[in-house]
Amino acid sequence: MSALAPEADRPATRRRPARSTLTPASGLGLGIAVLWFSLLVLIPLCAVIVTAVDGGWQIFWATITNEQTFAAIRLTVLAAAAVTVVNAVMGTAIAWVLVRDRFWGRGVLEVLIDIPFALPTIVAGLVLLSLYGTDSPLGIDVANQPASVFLAYLFVTLPFVVRMVQPVLEELDTDVEEAASSLGASRLTTFRRVILPSLTPAIAAGSALSFARGVSEYGALVLLSGNLPFKTEVTSVRILGSVENNNLAAAASVATLLLVISLSVIVLLDVLQRRVSRRG
Amino acid sequence: MVGYLFLLVAWPVSLVVTKAFADGTTGIRAILEDPDVVHALQLTVVVALCAVVINTVFGVGMSLLLVRQEFPGKRALSALVDLPLSVSPIVVGLALVLVYGGRNGWFGPTLEEHGLRVIFATPGMVLATAFVALPLVIREVVPVLHEIGTDQEVAARSLGANSWQIFWRITLPAIKWAVVYGVVLSLARSLGEFGAVKVVSGNVLGETRTATLVVEEKYLNFDQQGAYATAFLLAMVSVACIVIVSLVRPRGHR
Repeated sequence: MSALAPEADRPATRRRPARSTLTPASGLGLGIAVLWFSLLVLIPLCAVIVTAVDGGWQIFWATITNEQTFAAIRLTVLAAAAVTVVNAVMGTAIAWVLVRDRFWGRGVLEVLIDIPFALPTIVAGLVLLSLYGTDSPLGIDVANQPASVFLAYLFVTLPFVVRMVQPVLEELDTDVEEAASSLGASRLTTFRRVILPSLTPAIAAGSALSFARGVSEYGALVLLSGNLPFKTEVTSVRILGSVENNNLAAAASVATLLLVISLSVIVLLDVLQRRVSRRG
Repeated sequence: MVGYLFLLVAWPVSLVVTKAFADGTTGIRAILEDPDVVHALQLTVVVALCAVVINTVFGVGMSLLLVRQEFPGKRALSALVDLPLSVSPIVVGLALVLVYGGRNGWFGPTLEEHGLRVIFATPGMVLATAFVALPLVIREVVPVLHEIGTDQEVAARSLGANSWQIFWRITLPAIKWAVVYGVVLSLARSLGEFGAVKVVSGNVLGETRTATLVVEEKYLNFDQQGAYATAFLLAMVSVACIVIVSLVRPRGHR
């Protein structure tokens, strides 16, 4: 996760010191690419932040401390955090099995893991509703319960940790592990002291992605959760509500907060991961 | 662990298939005979194709610039291109409305004076879809570009090839599978985009309603059969995309 270098404000392309290798042609290409990127991504995101700050700090604060909004934010963050923890453990375990074990049907598992990523989110919601909804064949009905938010997040964030850890695990030499166990380390010690440190960056990066995806999810839970205020309403639903009421300033305030939350978790996990891998 | 995946993914997905075909093929046929649904499907395909073409050209170009060139602000730019993955689709929609909205957006009123309507029309939906799928091609192509190195390109240049020839004859064939992989992923993501499109499209029946919006609308109107049938069509396309990817992958990088 290279996200957010501190100086990352806006790429300065017009200045061109000696270090640049741009020819006039590729300079033009870069110019066009950055222009398109700005029009599509940077300017609209700036517009969200500007609109949020425009009304002044007090209005911003009043919007995000509104009781209903606060409940939505709390639910979103708690559910996403819980899902991230589950993913960090289960994702690593799944990646481990896919890399180290050879068994029939491995290809099918690979496809299964990618399904949540490619399945349209609204279809994902419908899919979950058919097994965990009111006429659930399992007798588990989480529809309109806070647990539905957790379930929807769990589904859409499944691939992230797996897909981050898997390539690292493939590269990892088994020699070191064998050396460790021949020196008398138990399997747990080998895992904790030898394997885990080299996996930590990948696990952290995957967790960051899955948290960010979790807090921003909308489509997968809209049918499942019922969007009941104070109970199952999440932040993105709350933002949409403000947009539909044409209260764009309030929507922008909550959206800014959402952006800040997901970016700070990405940065936090990046810092955490560096500290852990340095300790080795 | 297999049980976990079964309960979370395999079983629910298979239920959609059984529900879609609960009354044989009548559900699917009813969907395909409904002109509004057909229009929604066509619109979905058009929007997704536009977004994928834009993202492929942008993605390959951006990857080449990020890997092969040095320029100030490069680190910042490469961090920023990942940003769309962490932004909520609803926030994407909101952001685009704030800038391109017809009444009080930053650029919207000016564009509308010149006859270009963005929000509540197809261009806005293409923008929203392109936004959410933006990093996918770049994330596939950049590692491969790093891996193949520049030896062959340098050799070609020393033999007198120009940049254009090098790109078509050397670089593109080398990154071909990564591009295909990125395109397929983008296509799956674009066809299924829901939240962002919901905000910018206005969801007008027969005009700006896409397939994913049809699923929601049908479900909320208690037309479960129709919802499951449409969902099945969408799910089939995305599963097909993944299967293609998993077939392509071993021959490409990895």
